[in-house]
Amino acid sequence: MLNKRIIPCLDIKDGQTVKGVNFVDIRNAGDPIELAKRYVKEGADELVFLDITATIEGRKTFVELVRHISEEINIPFTVGGGISSVDDAKKLLDAGADKISVNSAAVRNPDLIRQISTEFGNQFLVVAIDAGLINDEWKVFVKGGREATELDVIKWARKVEELGAGEILLTSMQHDGTKIGFAVELTNQLTELLNIPVIASGGAGSKEHFSEVFQKTKATGALAASVFHFGEIPIPELKNYLRNQKIDVRI
Amino acid sequence: MVAVVKYNAGNIRSLVNALDRLGVESILTDDPEELRSAKKVIFPGVGEASSAMRYLEERGLDEVLKSLTQPFLGICLGMQLMCEYSTENDTKCLGIFDETVRRFPKDEIVPHMGWNNFISHSGVLFEGISVRDSMYFVHSYFVEVGPDSIATTDYILPFSSGLRKENYYGVQFHPEKSADVGQRLLRNFLALK
Repeated sequence: MLNKRIIPCLDIKDGQTVKGVNFVDIRNAGDPIELAKRYVKEGADELVFLDITATIEGRKTFVELVRHISEEINIPFTVGGGISSVDDAKKLLDAGADKISVNSAAVRNPDLIRQISTEFGNQFLVVAIDAGLINDEWKVFVKGGREATELDVIKWARKVEELGAGEILLTSMQHDGTKIGFAVELTNQLTELLNIPVIASGGAGSKEHFSEVFQKTKATGALAASVFHFGEIPIPELKNYLRNQKIDVRI
Repeated sequence: MVAVVKYNAGNIRSLVNALDRLGVESILTDDPEELRSAKKVIFPGVGEASSAMRYLEERGLDEVLKSLTQPFLGICLGMQLMCEYSTENDTKCLGIFDETVRRFPKDEIVPHMGWNNFISHSGVLFEGISVRDSMYFVHSYFVEVGPDSIATTDYILPFSSGLRKENYYGVQFHPEKSADVGQRLLRNFLALK
């Protein structure tokens, strides 16, 4: 059976992890490689590295970091943040990224999805969708969730699938950082409609939230950041819990 | 020396990195002599079948790959290209294995992406690996179960996750991305005589 994936997300700025990390036995909590290795050992199924650096210098540092990650890590990883051209994608592929994730640039230029998936295959391309509620309607947000667009989340998701996305990373801005659980209803709507994998993100606060999203939707993975970074939900404990709930996970 | 076949397929670096981690010296090459004289050959690949076959044929690499005698391992698209035929853009492949490559049904979640285990597996390649152990898969096309299958996995339907004929081996999953279990499989392959 295909296992549900548990995916920690690391925010990177100038080559360092941003959010504080609360692992006692980690020497340098700011070192993405050390943190990534720790997650691999704990049983993370994939990792996501999101570059939130805005400067050109920082970008170069990030590509260099991707190269190091690829040397050190023996599970798949996705990189995202600021990718806006086929050339950006190629640099990261050559550095060893398994997948890249695009967000704002795909909204600005949907053809980028077709270009990247034609060039490198759809398995290489994750389209991240940040969803926020405006007048009770789910709209697509860009620029790290700061700017709303007119795009309807469901329609946009259908379009990115058609254009060649291999996977969708759905983050609810309504739930992100709240620890009230994933956006189960929206995730379910998307997974019922689409024939590509959907990763649920935003809102994880307890083990029950993970089992809920896997039991009530067809999401094939769930992503979280702070509950893992601060050790609130250790991954081995989460996986044992999910297995007891009859959810297939890799242990 | 392990030769990794150089062609127009994606993310070959991961494999070279995995070999580095195992302390194995490798060379990325499309030179027929280097391929023939290598102790082992690995044929990786992520991408599309017809353009990959065209690339190999234009350089005469198809004939070279078919005539090798040392242990040879195809990974993912590499394994699919070792089959007889792929329905991906109606592509005639290398024909080392007799099986056919087909697409997963359109109305299911495709690609098959993530960690999956085995219905069954056998042989030295899987020594020390349980059928309950999971490997990392990413593919939209699969190899049907046939006489050359040495491992099968279930996703929508049972398919070949491993193939073997004489010195030729293939795996659908990515051992280089499958944590310690994948590393074990690579070690098993590298230990073949």
